Amino acid sequence: MLQIEDLSTHFFTSDGVVRAVDNLSCHVAAGEALGIVGESGCGKSVTSLSVMRLVQSPPGRIVNGTIRLEGRDLLSLSEREMRAIRGNEISMIFQEPMTSLNPVLSIGSQLTETIRRHRAVTCEEAHRRAVEMLRLVQIPEPEQRMREYPHQLSGGMRQRVMIAIAFACDPKVLIADEPTTALDVTIQAQILALMSDLQKRLGTAVVLITHDLGVVAETCQRVIVMYAGRKVEEADVEDLFDRPLHPYTQGLMASMPHLHRGQSHGQRLKEIPGMVPSLLDPPPGCRFAGRCARATARCAAEEPPLVEREPRHFVACWYPGPEGEMTQ
Amino acid sequence: MSALLEVSDLKKHYVLGGGLFGKPQRRLAAVDGVSFSIAPGETLGLVGESGCGKSTTAKMILRLIEPTEGSIVIDGEDISTLGAGAMRRKRRDVQIIFQDPYSSLNPRMRAGDIVAEPLRNFGMDKDEVRARVASLFDRVGLRPDYTQRFPHEFSGGQRQRLGIARALALGPKLIVCDEPVSALDVSVQAQVINLLTDLQKELGIAYLFVAHDLAVVEHISHRVAVMYLGRIVEIADRETLFSDPRHPYTQALLSAAPSAHPREKKERVLLSGDAPSPASPPSGCPFRTRCPIAEPGCAAAVPALRELGGGRRIACHLR
Repeated sequence: MLQIEDLSTHFFTSDGVVRAVDNLSCHVAAGEALGIVGESGCGKSVTSLSVMRLVQSPPGRIVNGTIRLEGRDLLSLSEREMRAIRGNEISMIFQEPMTSLNPVLSIGSQLTETIRRHRAVTCEEAHRRAVEMLRLVQIPEPEQRMREYPHQLSGGMRQRVMIAIAFACDPKVLIADEPTTALDVTIQAQILALMSDLQKRLGTAVVLITHDLGVVAETCQRVIVMYAGRKVEEADVEDLFDRPLHPYTQGLMASMPHLHRGQSHGQRLKEIPGMVPSLLDPPPGCRFAGRCARATARCAAEEPPLVEREPRHFVACWYPGPEGEMTQ
Repeated sequence: MSALLEVSDLKKHYVLGGGLFGKPQRRLAAVDGVSFSIAPGETLGLVGESGCGKSTTAKMILRLIEPTEGSIVIDGEDISTLGAGAMRRKRRDVQIIFQDPYSSLNPRMRAGDIVAEPLRNFGMDKDEVRARVASLFDRVGLRPDYTQRFPHEFSGGQRQRLGIARALALGPKLIVCDEPVSALDVSVQAQVINLLTDLQKELGIAYLFVAHDLAVVEHISHRVAVMYLGRIVEIADRETLFSDPRHPYTQALLSAAPSAHPREKKERVLLSGDAPSPASPPSGCPFRTRCPIAEPGCAAAVPALRELGGGRRIACHLR
């Protein structure tokens, strides 16, 4: 459905070129949920903005690569053609629903705006569709809510409205950028359940961008782990959690405290020493080399290619493998 | 066991509206009768969702927010009635670390001065201050030459280390940690949590650890209190609370946390709706509007926090 190849998005700042996304390739099929995980600054959000062609330019620019939606190259479309795709064939949900909704327009007018922009329908039909969407995302008293403004709704309700807008035109691809990060856990559980339900019912391809491996475990079938602008590992979700092959993925999993694991109290968490390198002047070889226990001179000098080590399990590392047993 | 901190029936009410011609006054009970104690060297985790009053409770313990009612006894002395001077002296014993390490550090001060300020305030002389700052930087894992840097030159994790160094400066007995790791990336979060647990072992500091991340709280706490709409609904030992939660809200909260593995699909208690506004709480039990087991009787009275055995206390009519 959506195919990204060799995408590089760079930001040209006065301090130099920031390689926010570097040679990223991935694809999502209809009805599939792909998770993109990584820490802040790893390029996951820039990837999603690149797909929507919403990277601010200048300073940002997609310097290389193709993005295809059902075979059509999005990067060669005119801005006008792209507008017909945004919110229609590809929708996006952002982290902070308050800043992505217009505070001075009612919920109803924001929903009908999207519908009327992309569908040749009358006002009444758009209104009916909007109410139906609000009902679909389980907002109580939808007719009443249509007249209300974003500030009158709670965070969870606002995110439901965003989901209603995103799904209003039956998109083929939904990009959700940290959709539940600003929400409480009980509300997060509601929203994730709602998104999975809609995705299954409508067969939408979903790209879920998050820093939370738990959210990925809940909702995705396939995962990409990004580090400092590059894809370091890609696998089916169960394989990734069973046998993470990249030392960064392993470190990430080990550094998270888990519920009910019966860790004895005061047991130290595993740390990943150091911090993410600057993308302004990234190290020449593997970008994780500086923090990696396995790193050798080769890692610092040569960039490891992405290799399929196990069926459908790709990893970019010179010394991949489960912890303890390294394969050359 | 003599408690280091003993909080009894702590309340914070805000008055909304009012004025001469305004609407009639309403009261918003942000914190409505919270009691707990912390022993020396112990960590009490305080969890709950946004708006439940956990941060307000934390800030009242340092009187950064003045309590409306209730007592806060630290080392046998009730600080809720102390004058400004006496309170300032008491702050040697109680310090705080904030969620956002950037907005809690003065951007125009050098890192070394930020850590030195509390020492100077308490009259330490120059050489002692320099030596103490150097040892604090070393202890929290910051390089000695970083003392000359400004906060914007640090990463999020380093800023939080700086916040910890400042809190440690005066050798406090209790540090209130208000969401100290929730703004940090996972890999850095682990570094800061480890630093906090190491410091506790070494120096015997007690923590009041406020957070919304249940896994972090389970990892770091000895005892855990769960808050909902300004009240504690359940408080127990870490093992007891996480392995056998009794209050329906605790159960829902634990089951809502994302699982750690895709195959670990759990039975979810999905709560419907949002938490009610503390400005217009439901009558009786504050949780009854979302509670899966609520009965008509729950609307009658606010359930008191009562002993359930094994050091567990719970506020529910039905359990």
